Amino acid sequence: MRTLLDSFTFFGQHPGLMRDKTLAHLAISFASIGVALAIAVPLGVWLGHLHRASFLAINVSNIFRALPSLAMISIGIGVLGIGFANVLVALVVLAAPVMLTNAYVAVEQVDRNAVEAARAAGMRPWQVLTRVELPLAASLIFAGIRTGTVYVVATATLATFAGGGGLGDVIVNEPTYGVPGVIAGSVAITVLAFVIDGLLALVQRAATPRPLRKQKRSSRAAAVVAEPATDDLVIQRS
Amino acid sequence: MSVLAPFGGSPPPSPGPVIPRFGGGSSCVVQNRQFCGAWFVDNFGSRFAPRLVEHIELTAIAVGVGMLIALAAALIAHRQGWFETPFSLLSAFLYTIPSLAFFELMVQVTGINRFTAEIALVSYTLLILFRNTLAGLRAVPPDALEAAQAMGLSRRQMLLRVELPLALPPIMAGLRIATVTTISLATVAAYIGAGGLGEAIFDGIQTGFKTEFIAAGGLAIALALVADGLLVAAQRLLTPWARRSRRA
Repeated sequence: MRTLLDSFTFFGQHPGLMRDKTLAHLAISFASIGVALAIAVPLGVWLGHLHRASFLAINVSNIFRALPSLAMISIGIGVLGIGFANVLVALVVLAAPVMLTNAYVAVEQVDRNAVEAARAAGMRPWQVLTRVELPLAASLIFAGIRTGTVYVVATATLATFAGGGGLGDVIVNEPTYGVPGVIAGSVAITVLAFVIDGLLALVQRAATPRPLRKQKRSSRAAAVVAEPATDDLVIQRS
Repeated sequence: MSVLAPFGGSPPPSPGPVIPRFGGGSSCVVQNRQFCGAWFVDNFGSRFAPRLVEHIELTAIAVGVGMLIALAAALIAHRQGWFETPFSLLSAFLYTIPSLAFFELMVQVTGINRFTAEIALVSYTLLILFRNTLAGLRAVPPDALEAAQAMGLSRRQMLLRVELPLALPPIMAGLRIATVTTISLATVAAYIGAGGLGEAIFDGIQTGFKTEFIAAGGLAIALALVADGLLVAAQRLLTPWARRSRRA
């Protein structure tokens, strides 16, 4: 009980440390998410639009999803050395597959009748993509972005083993910060993961066209059944 | 305490470049090159094989226990609909906690040992296994149930012979993801003394001996890929009817 109280006072006693580590944590996370987003989402959307390369977007992506992050980081220490680049690669490998698979499936599974109707109405391929496919796919695309982001924020804790940065530094440095520091760091990173998940849930909702919002839950549940090979699409982290 | 735990048997970190003492002084080891294949082969049996076995044990126990809990919860939720939301929320909550934080927080309660690691690892499997099992049970066609009933099967027979077999594809997909996730998280569990390949990773990072942590990382990746492949194969063998419908 005493330790628990000490952990709360730890925040008050080390405001600078907690702030700096949180900001460093977010910096590593957002850099990785940015790179993953830039690679995975356009590729997934494009392949889904073409209804091509499902093997790449689902099966190859699944293989990448299987790679343990700590193992990636440890091999990265040997190959890339200690530091930012190493962590960045490991986190991009973590986040990109789920974003890619979700973006692909989201666009691929858009009702073909809607696409045909849009074509018949004289839309160009680009218009079909931006006005029909993307709005219908937005919810699932953002589900992937959200999941990938939460994985990254959670797993950026491991950055501490590859030269540091982030809240992991506080969690693993018990000699300096004591048990209260370890607990405070753990609580801080947990809260951070929840806050970001919550914020992205709001973004996901805002990105979903209004008429589709109520169906969101049921359509996501259906994805589990329809695609046993890729499963829920919204799950898995390291 | 937790910082020292995984490194119990190894020498303390020294400043400057670390020259490992083990390995019998081959030039590759002495110069700490990227990867010393000969050292790896010589030390596989003594250093890596036991860690690999521990890792498989950690994973198998976590996924096994997780599957039992998830199956029970899914069966309850299948009969009593209200149970789905609270269990989903609980398992989603557990799932979002970052692994290192979860491990460290549990250490304060149950101490540094494998049991603590298993609690966290089991918690991580619940969300995926519960959702997929429940989805599988709900997707069983009513016709099949009616036919089973008409044939005079008891409730238990229906569950074992009709519902569970038909629910297998999503359950297997869930097992696959849960297993791969657990293999990944189990590497981190070495930090709180759970053993496994993570121990060799942390040990190697601590001493700076590249071959050790690269080999251990490589083995963890290989284990994840092999397990994933085996489960895909098992899925195909157990549910031959699912393949055709999926492609269609």
